[in-house]
Order: sequence, then structure tokens, then C-alpha cells
Amino acid sequence: MSKLVEGLYYSKSHEWVKVLQENQVLIGITDFAQSELGDVVFVDLPEAGDSISQEAEFGAVESVKAASDLIAPVSGEILEVNDELVGEPELLNQDPYKNWLLKVELSNPDELDELLSAEAYEEFIK
Amino acid sequence: MFKYFPHTKADVDSMLKTLNIKSIDELYKDIPETVVFNKDYDIPSFMSETELRSHFADLSKKNQELTLFSGLGIYDHYQPAVINAITSRQEFMTSYTPYQPEISQGTLQYIFEYQSMIQTLTGMDVSNASMYDGATSTAEACFMACAVTKRNKILISETLNPNIVNVIKTYLKFKDLTWDFIAEKNGETDFADLENKLDDSIAGVVVQKTNIYGIIEDYQGYSETIKANKSLFIINSDISTLGVLKSPKEDGADIASGECQSLGMPPAFGGPTLGYLATDKAYVRKMPGRICGYTHDLEGRRAFVLTLQAREQHIRRSKANSNICSNQSLMALFVTVYLSLMGKNGLVKVNELSYQGSHYLYDRLLETGKFKDRFNKPFLKEFTLETSIAPETIQTALLQKGIFGGVSLDVFGEKYSGLINFTVTEKRTKKEIDQLVEILEALS
Repeated sequence: MSKLVEGLYYSKSHEWVKVLQENQVLIGITDFAQSELGDVVFVDLPEAGDSISQEAEFGAVESVKAASDLIAPVSGEILEVNDELVGEPELLNQDPYKNWLLKVELSNPDELDELLSAEAYEEFIK
Repeated sequence: MFKYFPHTKADVDSMLKTLNIKSIDELYKDIPETVVFNKDYDIPSFMSETELRSHFADLSKKNQELTLFSGLGIYDHYQPAVINAITSRQEFMTSYTPYQPEISQGTLQYIFEYQSMIQTLTGMDVSNASMYDGATSTAEACFMACAVTKRNKILISETLNPNIVNVIKTYLKFKDLTWDFIAEKNGETDFADLENKLDDSIAGVVVQKTNIYGIIEDYQGYSETIKANKSLFIINSDISTLGVLKSPKEDGADIASGECQSLGMPPAFGGPTLGYLATDKAYVRKMPGRICGYTHDLEGRRAFVLTLQAREQHIRRSKANSNICSNQSLMALFVTVYLSLMGKNGLVKVNELSYQGSHYLYDRLLETGKFKDRFNKPFLKEFTLETSIAPETIQTALLQKGIFGGVSLDVFGEKYSGLINFTVTEKRTKKEIDQLVEILEALS
């Protein structure tokens, strides 16, 4: 049974979005994603200052059994990248909701409405 | 010694019986009749052993044993006999890189040693387990630069060997990447033109040392300028020369690439040769190929392992930076054995002798009055002179006396018209050099 966190937005490509303050969000991958991937060995992330756009690939997660693209759930400019993941990619397995990937300034906050709620995502991964 | 045993008729019959079929052909019955080759193969009848031996003896008589003064990427350096003795052992010669690599500790160990040697010569943090040849390793270095910088254009110095340029162009074309030349000035890369062409589309800059003319270019200021533009600096060098020249690291390279044929491999037509690629640790995830490392097993014993192989090469091919999923293992063994034997001092000696020989030939050729130096720049084992004697005249006269090279640069295009490359390795004797000069002196 995959863990879910209430109040987050979820994408069908298994990323979550947490609103920090107006127009500022954290992006990560879901517990379902990390458990499907298995032991994560490498996270390929863009740099602060780069832009991401909704439904476009922005990086990749490699595990011992697969490599999977990261798909942006929202559009915006990257304010910060979680550098801890570079040295310790296994953090994604330990706590995928605490260990975010990107901090992003939203360019189109309306996009959040297109994402799933915890309940809808739970239904989606059933 | 022999591990290959063909199936006997009894083996085949037993398998057919198990499969409940009458002939091997039945295994292929799903292949449509229309695409099956049903004719005679038209292969000549067999020969007896005596006939075969004499047939090959005749063929081998067509080979010419030539004295080589040719260079431009492939060099006639001394190959100690031990290399063949070791590399022809069947454990090395005929074994493919195993799919469970750790079972072949010997193979992984010599690849590990090879990597360490390349790291030492280039000064870089990491070397991969080898690549097909110097030209493709340099093209792969361009891919790497594009992947690291997320940019799509490469600047190539006009003083890079045109053969390497062509390989890079071919590689880039199919990745939708573009390139431009940096002009040459007096036989060297024009630094002002480089500064001029750097912008935020440039992923990497490729230069060659020693360059197409044999000139040892000075890269003072290059690394700072290229880094300031957030591009990567790629230096292609013949690995043997790094025994005495500034290392790519000292020249500020982000990626060092080039040819290893000069370390123990014969100058054979068509190869095989070997490319090296070394880089900064920061770029290791974008590096093509694989890395062997060493660790300790559960009982604390030293163990060699395949440490890294960017996984995308196998499981996300469409997005891979590189599709090299192999390495040039046997040729890497040539390098490892060669360098173990020659050592640091040996490699320096090779270069010193080549330097002395090439400078002696250079002086003698200028003395004839039939050759001129257009550039007057420092060189190591090869140099380029200008002459009004036709390339065919030179080649014919030399071949008649069993000599190959100087090589005319004419084939590379009009710009190179009248230019000829001479290369002298430690194998060339004073007598051979004097004979070359004597023949050339008599031409007009």
C-alpha cells in the first residue's frame, strides 16, 4: 500500500506538488513511484535558474532495475534544486515526500487545478 | 586449451529427436520461401593443406615490407614482443566481455590498470574502459559536451585532422547537433576567432595537439575563456606524445580524447585501433562507456568490478548520450602491456628519440632547398613542409625504394596543396633518414 500525503497535488506521471506559499511549490516523486522503481542509484536534475514546463521531461531517476523520466507537473522557474539527492539518491526511497527534487516559482498557477487530489491519485494507482 | 567443440552427428540427432523433428531445416520453416536463398553458394572447392599453404604464401608475397615515415594519426612505434605473447593468450584473445563481468577478474583487472594509465597520462580524474578509436572518442566527447551543457553546437579548430573532423560531422548530423570551424592562423588555432565565435549555443570546443601540421599548439588562455562561456574544452592528442607534452589537464581540458594505436599496436591498415576518453569526475554520468573499479569482497579480498555504466545505454537507448555498449578490450590490453614494459622513462625515451630523429630529418630536408617550412612552429615527431615536387613523384620514388611517407596532405583539399607530412619515430635509424633525404634530394 503506497503512502499518500493529504493536501498535495499529484500527477499521473507520479510526481507530487506541495504549495509552500503563493506561487511557490516543491516537486517530488510519490511513494508509489519510488516503490515501483526500487533502489534509486542516481537522480539527474536540472539547475536552479532553468525553466520547466508542464508535461515536459525535466530529469531522470535511475534505479537498479529501471530508468525513468521525470515529467514536470507544473510550469515555472527552478528556484532551488535538492543537492542532497546527488550524493544520497537513496533518500528518495527513505522518504519521498520529505526529500523533494525542485523548488519552483509557478508561471501558471492554474495548472495546479489539472492535477489530482490525494484521493483521486489513490484511485488512479489502484 | 581448446574450448570449442563442434556438435557430433550423435549430438545433433539426439537434439532433433528431443524436438521431434527430422532435420535442422525444419527449425526455419517459419521463414517464407520467397526470402530463402535456394541457390548454390558458388564457393570454390576445398583445397588440401598443401595447396592452402601455398595459396596463402602467394598472397602474402603481395605484402610489401615498407619503412614508414608516415604519421597523421597512425605511427610506427616499437612493439615489444611480449605484447603479442600476452595478448594472443586465448583467455584474452577470444573471450568476449562477459555478461557477468565479475567472473572475469583478469579482464577487469587489466581494464582497471588501463584506466589508471590513461588517467596518469592525461592528468584527468576518470578514464573510461576505452573506445573504438581516436576519432569516434572525440565525436563522443562532443556528444558529452552537448549533454553536459544542454547546448547543441560544437566549435572545431581548422587545425584538427580532417579525418577526425569528418567523423565528428557524421556523428553530429544524426543527433541534430551543429558545428562550425575556428579559423587557423599560421598553422595554429586562431584564438581571436575562437573568442569571436563563443556564445551561449556553444557546447564544446575541439582542438588537436599536436595538430594536423604536427605543431604543438599553445593553449594559454583557452581554458579560462571557454569556461567563462560555460562550454567544455576538448583536447585530442596522440596518447604517446603525452609522455613528454603538457597533459590535457595542464592545458585545462574538460575532456581528453584521442588515439592509443601508438602504444603497442601495429600500424595495420583498417586497425584495429583504440580510443581513449578521460574527463573530470563531475561529468562522469555523461561519459560514454563503462568504468571498472576495485573493491573488496565479503572476505576482504581485492575484487575488480564493473563500477559504472550509465544505465541509459541499455534501457533508454533513444535518449542515450552514447550507444557504445562495449569497449575495445583486447586493444586496451595492448596498451596496458606496452606501458607496463616501457614505464614512464621508456615513454619519455620513445619521444626523445622520435624528436631527435624528426628534427634531424627536418634540418636535412630544409638543407636540400627543395622543402620550405611555412609555419616555423615547435613540433615533436611529425612536421609539415611545403614543396613544389608533385606528390605522385615523391610517392613513386619512395615506394620503389621500399619507403612509405612523407604523406601528401593534398587529399584533404586545396588548402593543403603542396604540403607534405613527415614523421620519424624511434624506430627510424640515421641510415634510413639519410636514405630518404638522398632520394628526395634527387627529385624535382
